Amino acid sequence: MIQSIEPSAHAIDVRDLTVAYRDKPVLWDIDLIVPKGVLMAVVGPNGAGKTTLLKAILGLVRPAAGEVLVYGEAYEKQRHLVAYVPQRGSVDWDFPTNVLDVVLMGLYGKIGWLRRPGSEERKLALDALEKVGMADYAGRQISQLSGGQQQRVFLARALVQDAELYFMDEPFQGVDATTERAIVALLRELRQRDKTVVVVHHDLQTVPEYFDSVLLLNVRRIAAGPVEDVFTEDNLRLTYGGRVGFLRDTRRSVEPVPDSRQETEPEDRSLRDIA
Amino acid sequence: MTIEQLEIQAIAVIVSAACAVPGVFLVLRRMAMMSDAISHAILPGIVVAFFVTHDLNSPLLILGAAVTGIFTVFLVESILRTRLLKEDAAIGLVFPILFSIGVVLIARFAGDVHLDTDAVLLGELAFAPFDRWVVFGTDVGPKALWMMSGILILNTVFIIAFYKELKLSTFDAGLAAALGFLPGVMHYVLMTLVSITAVGAFDAVGSILVVALMIGPPAAAYLLTDRLSLMIILSIVIGIVSALGGYWMAYLLDASIAGCMATAVGLVFTAVLLAAPDKGVVSVLRRRWRQQWTFAEKMLAIHLRHHEGLPEARRENRAAHLQEHLGWAPDFSERVVWFAERDGLLSRRGEYLILTDAGRELAAEAIVQN
Amino acid sequence: MDILTDLFSDYTLRTVALGSSVLGITSGTLGTYAVLRQQSLLGDAISHAALPGIAIAFLLTGAKIPIVLLLGAAVAGWVATVAVTTITETTRIKYDGALGLVLSVFFGFGLVLLTYIQKIPNANQAGLDAFLFGQAASLVMADVQLMAIIGLASLLCVGVLWKEFKILSFDPEFARTMGMPVRVLDISLTTLLVVAIVIGLQTVGVVLMSAIIIAPAAAARQWTDRLGIMMILSAAVGAASGVAGAMISSSSANIPTGPTIVLCVGAIVIVSLFLSPHRGLVWRWIREWRNSRRLRLEAVLLDLFALAAHHERSDHPHQEAVLNIMSDPTGRTYQNLRILEERGFVRQVGPTLWALTATGVARARALIDTRLTAPSARHDRDGGGR
Repeated sequence: MIQSIEPSAHAIDVRDLTVAYRDKPVLWDIDLIVPKGVLMAVVGPNGAGKTTLLKAILGLVRPAAGEVLVYGEAYEKQRHLVAYVPQRGSVDWDFPTNVLDVVLMGLYGKIGWLRRPGSEERKLALDALEKVGMADYAGRQISQLSGGQQQRVFLARALVQDAELYFMDEPFQGVDATTERAIVALLRELRQRDKTVVVVHHDLQTVPEYFDSVLLLNVRRIAAGPVEDVFTEDNLRLTYGGRVGFLRDTRRSVEPVPDSRQETEPEDRSLRDIA
Repeated sequence: MTIEQLEIQAIAVIVSAACAVPGVFLVLRRMAMMSDAISHAILPGIVVAFFVTHDLNSPLLILGAAVTGIFTVFLVESILRTRLLKEDAAIGLVFPILFSIGVVLIARFAGDVHLDTDAVLLGELAFAPFDRWVVFGTDVGPKALWMMSGILILNTVFIIAFYKELKLSTFDAGLAAALGFLPGVMHYVLMTLVSITAVGAFDAVGSILVVALMIGPPAAAYLLTDRLSLMIILSIVIGIVSALGGYWMAYLLDASIAGCMATAVGLVFTAVLLAAPDKGVVSVLRRRWRQQWTFAEKMLAIHLRHHEGLPEARRENRAAHLQEHLGWAPDFSERVVWFAERDGLLSRRGEYLILTDAGRELAAEAIVQN
Repeated sequence: MDILTDLFSDYTLRTVALGSSVLGITSGTLGTYAVLRQQSLLGDAISHAALPGIAIAFLLTGAKIPIVLLLGAAVAGWVATVAVTTITETTRIKYDGALGLVLSVFFGFGLVLLTYIQKIPNANQAGLDAFLFGQAASLVMADVQLMAIIGLASLLCVGVLWKEFKILSFDPEFARTMGMPVRVLDISLTTLLVVAIVIGLQTVGVVLMSAIIIAPAAAARQWTDRLGIMMILSAAVGAASGVAGAMISSSSANIPTGPTIVLCVGAIVIVSLFLSPHRGLVWRWIREWRNSRRLRLEAVLLDLFALAAHHERSDHPHQEAVLNIMSDPTGRTYQNLRILEERGFVRQVGPTLWALTATGVARARALIDTRLTAPSARHDRDGGGR
């Protein structure tokens, strides 16, 4: 599996990517290179196209133009190298199934038709649950989980995919302190194992602490690169439309058009503390 | 045309107008399926009231139906509150059960009176003129005509009186509540109107046609306008056109009037769906086709501007590169460049594409726009 | 016991029972997916839309050949599904509006065709309107065999595509990132739903068929948290109410089958909503009542303990009226004290004087300890949860 990666290829190579819903552009002409082994935060206001970027890379939305290479090849050829943690709210948590079952779903792509997950797969799933501190909950019905626990189940599901490249859509959204610590520990471990992780992130304050690399996005690419070079007040001002300073005083919402799934509150709080 | 035919058409016109008015709000509030639920669920209310009065035209029937209609809404909402079932399952469970109770009651106890299940489901408009309203020995017309006129007036008066409250609670229930407009009360009053209209109409046109007339014309009108007031008027007009068209279709085919009216609703809707000036399928497709090019031109302009003056421009801003990097097919990118050149957005210099000032401006605009 | 012997000796009754159980099993199984994917009302649209399909199939062939009628119904149900999807995807009209429109227009068109057929001089036409509310008594063994073959085939599909359908219902987008053909799976599952509905039309009728799809799954969901068990229960509920309803309706004239089956399964749903363990409303009420009583009792106990803290001895007695003011605005302090007394935590020392016992003191201390350590645990449990 590892051998199939060209040694020189970047983890992600996005070239001139444009995505539009009907006639409304969501991403304009994005160029982005994500080197191997980085922890990258994708940051931007609501409606900036962060989730769309992830979905375009994962082949879930069709771009109007541009191409995406994952380890030097089209995504379809490299699926086995990629794991995905969708937003927690994207599924119905009242679905009649338990924690272990959800984690096992991460293996469905590899198991193939007609086969059911066996004891080997169960062991993998339990190991993944162990890593996120949820091993005790394997038999628990998913509707009985807290938000943070749901998030950790989704992380475990991505872990069993045993990927090189991880995409996470707002994993820190609305989770408790325990889960936040668990996610951060997991991110660090993934980096140690030289995995690449791209995380849509809302809390500007924690970007320098959790990530080594950042993409500032607002329909266009504002800036991307190592946190210490790119995560500057000027760039943030460009990203959030020059309202950052204004915000610090009035503590008002950043974006007049909030995406209903994303709350503005966490952004708010962190923005106050930037300068 | 005989007097009966005229009367049937008059009833059809009034029924369709009376249904269209509350229907607009059902469609806008995403509660269209409540019309299906209510029009079926009122049956047991009608049956019980009929057992009490033994008169199909008694006002008590309307009361019974209205109460059952509200009860249906209440049941669905109570089930939702328990969070044991999702909304679609709650609606899909409540009305078949209530309807079944009604059907079984009729089958067991009503014997062969006029109230049979086919009539409830399908209605029989052709018989409506034979049931006359006689006041002091004078025949003043079919009862159904008077009853539906009354319901139409009731609906219209309510909509006019509470127009802004309804509008606000439809588009922003939160704000309506904050302003003290009681969107919950509006909701139940609207559901009461739907119930009353459904019971008034069921005898003439059956419960399924009630659904067609409540949803079809407003859905078609929704494709024609963005203004609520105009949407209401258009719904009424479309409802009337479908009703009359349906009647004559039934006359020519010698088929069920209610069925033909529903079919006519479907035909009118399909015509609107295809041909509506702004939101119809044809114009949407044509606009998308046109937008594909203007959008591609814009994209090209942005792409060129993006790399303008940078070292990689020699590589990026070439016609051949577009195929490679924007993922455009060769003839597609050739056409886009051709369109853009024609529109004065760029000029070719050998292999290289150079933005004109107009092109640069377009790119800047496109970027700022977002 | 007559009915049981009849079940084996009476041909009609046996046919009806077999047919209804086949239909109940198929619709119970596939209804599970419809309910979980929140497509219950799509089932309503599909079953109403089947009417013109049946009529057209009859018009084309001029005979009531079951498989042809079923095929016509299935095609029409399919067209309706496509129409709903097309309307919602190309216009601003929402899902509910598209459903209502398609349902009523297709059904209306079906009525037009039915009335048209009734006017053709053809002896075969009789009985087509049994498709409105269903007529179990009209089933013959050949119908049942056909239903069984189709039903078995669709159950086989569910078995083969078990994990694919499961992930499709839970998280289709994630399935797509793993390269699963979600679109094809979605179409397959919708087709199976159409098939399940069509199977039941002759018995239940187009008007109420959707309830037979939704209700068994809705009832089964209350009793279990496992998809597999839910599906088996749902099939069992479907079969049981199918048999019960069909037998009741064929035992007395005049009652159409569809409504009878709906009432049987409706009763099971109501019982499930109230009585199922864990989720059931009755148990929920009992839990809530117990909880609030426990909190009330603890409050009184802790109040006594707090009052005693002002004195040397922790079993110093206090006035009931003081406790009443402190903890319980409903004035049930006396009853609460009596319950605590029964459990040996307090004792009555005077007409209105109460004191903690030794066990009561220990209990209060333990309570305070758990409450002091609780917040972090509670934070983890509630954090961000819905």
